[in-house]
Amino acid sequence: MAVAPESASSRQGGGLIHWIDQRFPLLSLWKDHMAEYYAPKNFNFWYYFGSLALLMLVNQLVTGIFLTMSYKPSAAEAFGSIEYIMRDVEWGWLIRYLHSTGASAFFIVVYLHMFRSLMYGSHRKPRELLWIFGCLIFLVLMAESFMGYVLPWGNMSFWGAQVIVSLFGSLPVIGHGLVEWIRGDYVIADATLNRFFALHVAALPLALVFLVIAHIMALHEVGSNNPDGIEIKEHKGPDGHPLDGVPFHPYYTVKDIVGVAGFLVLFCGVIFFAPALGGVFLEDANFEPANALQTPPHIAPVWYFTPFYAMLRAIPSFGGTQVWGVIVMGAAIVVLFFLPWLDRSPVKSIRYRGPIFKLALALFAVSFIVLGLCGLRPPSGIFPLLARIGTGVYFAFFLLMPWYSRWDTVKPVPERVT
Amino acid sequence: MTDDVDHSRRRLLTAATAGTGAIGAVFAAAPFLASWKPSARAKALGVPVEVDATALEPGQMMKVIWRGQPVFVVRRAKSVLDQLGSHDALLADPKSEDSEQPEYIKAQGAARARNPQIWVGLAVCTHLGCSPLNAFEANNSAQLAGVDLGPNWPGGFYCPCHGSKYDISGRVFKSMPAPTNLPVPSYAFVGETMRVIIGVDDAKHA
Repeated sequence: MAVAPESASSRQGGGLIHWIDQRFPLLSLWKDHMAEYYAPKNFNFWYYFGSLALLMLVNQLVTGIFLTMSYKPSAAEAFGSIEYIMRDVEWGWLIRYLHSTGASAFFIVVYLHMFRSLMYGSHRKPRELLWIFGCLIFLVLMAESFMGYVLPWGNMSFWGAQVIVSLFGSLPVIGHGLVEWIRGDYVIADATLNRFFALHVAALPLALVFLVIAHIMALHEVGSNNPDGIEIKEHKGPDGHPLDGVPFHPYYTVKDIVGVAGFLVLFCGVIFFAPALGGVFLEDANFEPANALQTPPHIAPVWYFTPFYAMLRAIPSFGGTQVWGVIVMGAAIVVLFFLPWLDRSPVKSIRYRGPIFKLALALFAVSFIVLGLCGLRPPSGIFPLLARIGTGVYFAFFLLMPWYSRWDTVKPVPERVT
Repeated sequence: MTDDVDHSRRRLLTAATAGTGAIGAVFAAAPFLASWKPSARAKALGVPVEVDATALEPGQMMKVIWRGQPVFVVRRAKSVLDQLGSHDALLADPKSEDSEQPEYIKAQGAARARNPQIWVGLAVCTHLGCSPLNAFEANNSAQLAGVDLGPNWPGGFYCPCHGSKYDISGRVFKSMPAPTNLPVPSYAFVGETMRVIIGVDDAKHA
């Protein structure tokens, strides 16, 4: 990754390129990250989601910038300005849906990207820091999308903000003051909306972009994992390049374009025919303005938060405080950061793991989806029980991993990728 | 030449400079952090409000805004009041010991109000701040927001967000997501009337 000093080849470039390259490491950047970044040749379907996440980040940045040109971040005008964008601004509906539905697509892609890591052991040594950068991106993305959801100032925006900000109020001693500090008022109010806007359009996107750069730099330092979980750098040809690697460009740029095309077909299908996806991507209650006197009869966050929200609800309060649910929900995120050290299996990829890990991963995936469904439903009937079981399975997957990943039988790992 | 460098002196100076800079950075952060606190305008809007509950019939309530928060003002029927003391065993905090309520309210027994007929409390669930719905009729098969409130519903409040149930004095039932009873703001009646001033302990100081 270190920027190479002027190489012989870079001096041979054409006029303008040559001029630039003497003043900026243009060609070495291109080579290090594209033309001579060797990626394993056996990437499969699951390796689309990294580049798709980047695509969605660009989509959110571009559409977001255009939305700020018509949006008004004040409690009095926010809801109306969204209606204005939807009805009166030329193509405003498309730009807004690309952004609001794009947020859901971003999370779908990111969740699949994370699941890929679980399957193929992409978080294992030497990629721990790469994984941690990814977890930080996930964390910032959650803050970013939460604040973005508040901006339309619909009734679900308002009450969602009320619930999430109140989470901090359950912290002992500092809770009450902290909540007032976050809101800037005694309730969720204009001041809250205005500062969330500032964070949503400036501070958090900036953090997100820097983290994504760090994520890609760490990836290109250690090299990509692959479905076999084998280090391709261990077998290099006489030219010094991995025998099982192919240059990222043109091989994977072209492959990723196929993925992008397929993804955009689905994405545009949703944008044009079901942008709210029946209340899942944009909730019904958010089509009416914020009303401080009327909580929506059924309050739930957008689908991508519901697994964690279900955990929050699953834990009853005791000892005069409801901080326990908040702690469990926070722990569900924090535990992700420790994954590289929880996994003690001698192999990385699911291809060479035994039945215990496969079962654990399957149960984990099912529990995550069940938790997501529980979080969408009112807390009655069978759902509180399901949410408690789901929470148990979620944590068991991580916290028991040091044992079951070691006990599991493994298959011999081949020398070279298959 | 380099042998003449006093490394310990250089380390001390570097550490002292860096330390001074760090302290300066903390002080420089203070105005930015403080700018997030409620502004003078927000504080000014937090003044007491007066509500006239004279027109409320038993079983009716109104919601008013105080400091931007919804406040319930409930007129309770005598039949409901008579039942109030009978379900203390089912409550999480029947005496409001852990709840955010003025001492003169806690001293009022199960009515939890300065005038038993009129109950005043924040319409803010102590779980995560949603606004509870009301179902004041005592009933054996009360339904609210599509949820069965269970047998022997004594009449009270139900929070639609996470299912917390409160009685008509805002006291939370056991094993609910909400840990404590609905907060009661300081309030006072004007003389012998049913005019309530929310935000003060004594009407004379309003």
